Amino acid sequence: MELSKPPPVRRLTGDEGSAPTRELANGWSAPPQPLEAPNNHAQSNGNGHHAASAFVSAPRRVAPASIAIDRMRVNDLSVSYGRKRAVDSVSLPIRQGEVLALIGPSGCGKTTLLRSLNRLTELTKGTSYSGQITLDDVDIASMEPTELRRRVTMVFQQPNPFPMSVFGNVAYVLREQAKRRPRRKEVRGAVHEALARAGLLDEVSDDLDHPALRLSGGQQQRLCIARALAANPEVLLLDEPCSALDPQSTKVIEDLIVKLRDDVAVVIVTHNLQQAYRVADYVAFMYLGELVEYASAQTIFGSPQEPRTRDYVSGAFG
Amino acid sequence: MSATALATAAPPDPPIAAPPPRRCDSSASWRLSDRLGLAVAWALGLFFCAITAAIVIYLLLEGLKYVSPHLLVTHPTAGFSESQTGGFLDPMIGTAIVALIAMAIALPVGISTAVWLSEFGRPTALARIVESTVEMLAGTPSIVLALFGAIVFESPVLGFLSQTTNHIVLGRSFFAAGAMLSLVGLPLVVSSVREGLQAIPSHVREASYAVGKSKTATTRRVLLPAARPSVITGAMLALGRVIGDTAIILVLLGSTLNLAGAGGAPLLSTLRGQGSTMTSYIYDNAPTGEGNQPEKAYAAAFVLLVIVLVLNVVVDFTGRRARRLQWS
Repeated sequence: MELSKPPPVRRLTGDEGSAPTRELANGWSAPPQPLEAPNNHAQSNGNGHHAASAFVSAPRRVAPASIAIDRMRVNDLSVSYGRKRAVDSVSLPIRQGEVLALIGPSGCGKTTLLRSLNRLTELTKGTSYSGQITLDDVDIASMEPTELRRRVTMVFQQPNPFPMSVFGNVAYVLREQAKRRPRRKEVRGAVHEALARAGLLDEVSDDLDHPALRLSGGQQQRLCIARALAANPEVLLLDEPCSALDPQSTKVIEDLIVKLRDDVAVVIVTHNLQQAYRVADYVAFMYLGELVEYASAQTIFGSPQEPRTRDYVSGAFG
Repeated sequence: MSATALATAAPPDPPIAAPPPRRCDSSASWRLSDRLGLAVAWALGLFFCAITAAIVIYLLLEGLKYVSPHLLVTHPTAGFSESQTGGFLDPMIGTAIVALIAMAIALPVGISTAVWLSEFGRPTALARIVESTVEMLAGTPSIVLALFGAIVFESPVLGFLSQTTNHIVLGRSFFAAGAMLSLVGLPLVVSSVREGLQAIPSHVREASYAVGKSKTATTRRVLLPAARPSVITGAMLALGRVIGDTAIILVLLGSTLNLAGAGGAPLLSTLRGQGSTMTSYIYDNAPTGEGNQPEKAYAAAFVLLVIVLVLNVVVDFTGRRARRLQWS
């Protein structure tokens, strides 16, 4: 599929978080269409109006994005499990400075695409793929999996801290393989930094030696993010990171995701369109393994070009 | 009761009266066949509890009559009456030695087999063969293992493991008995550890791979610690089987009640020599046995039973504790 040309980096002024979208829309540097556009599709789809207005009324948290840098590029990627084709000739860029959300109905291949980015798909028996993925212009197929996965780390749907202390969970990632185990003192700084980046340090600074599985679900998930950040990755993959969490923890993590995008390229798979709307700069809509539409969040939610995207976003199926 | 509740809740009056509270867990509303099934299940459960309780209580009461602290610290000796034949210090030491040897072999071999089966398992054909071999081993009667052990340890190559005079290898020693007993414990360790590893959700493994960790690091630092309760459970179950086994002891440990060294360096002499364990002591002193000293047998059985009960409590405790901290 032809990649749509990335629009210019947008800079937003004004108070973040609380401002209604209508006002924020004026802050887009080059808005192709005002966000009220979904009303135009109301005839084609009875639900269109309601769903679209739900998005418009939801506040969009946007901090000023820095300059976007191309980190990864997916070229004509197809992945099959046995005979079943899960991802079908997908091409898209992944940029630092932006959050990319993969949306689509269940079984559309978005998780498979995400897992291909750090070659986790290889762990599933019977997986085959064609096409190419590059990380900083190097084909990831030619890299050591452990090296690649340190640069492209992943957070899962279920919070899954390892059965050790909070400190140990982060320190585990920092230990180089096949080398002397570093002392606690040597990694303390890096552990604290990772916990601070995940916004968890203040909450757990007294419980660093407690079992990580005693933390609350939201804290566990942020610990998993801290763990993923400790490796100092270039790309952070999030596979429905909030679907097991309460709204409060979800908000904390969404804020965190938006904050992280300046330092790492963030790719998030989500079932929750509202969440994609809140955190994503770019959205890729997938359906039955195909990439139907890749465009800025504004376009996908405001004026999708493909009828299938329009139907999905407005809630006609999903 | 449910019918009246439905009737009063029927819609004619706009303000619907709340139906009276109904116990949903009561079996009174069940079908007859379900109620019969429940009764049978209860009866069978109580029956088996009663049998177990009878054995334990009988042995504890009988044992308590005869057990006394000095039995635990005196060697067995020859004598004409039960008051002259001493205690069972040597069998207790024997049980400890045999258990140590068996577990020292069964634990590392069992854990590594389980890890290989669960985490690597390639080539698949080999994994399947190993799997059914372990299952077969679990089903082999220990007397068969004992016979096999007798043949193996009588071979001249293994002469250094038991008493050897004029190139004739006796083939009976703590080494021989412990080695064969490890085969009794091995399947229990393997299946328990394997179950523990397989109970770890796959996303936990992937989380470790997804931050750039190798399979070795993941297994050592994440999976085995997570499966620790299963390792302990497997070890305790195996230990229970090992110290309770009689056939292998009778065939491979010799027939002396006292520790009989094979000569040489002190500890090595004992390990290469013959002796007895609690089970062979009980066997020997049972009313139908050679020694026929029922009081000693009951006292020894009491001690053995207490040891096994303690092991069971440990298993239960670790299992319960482990369930508290788990992934959702």
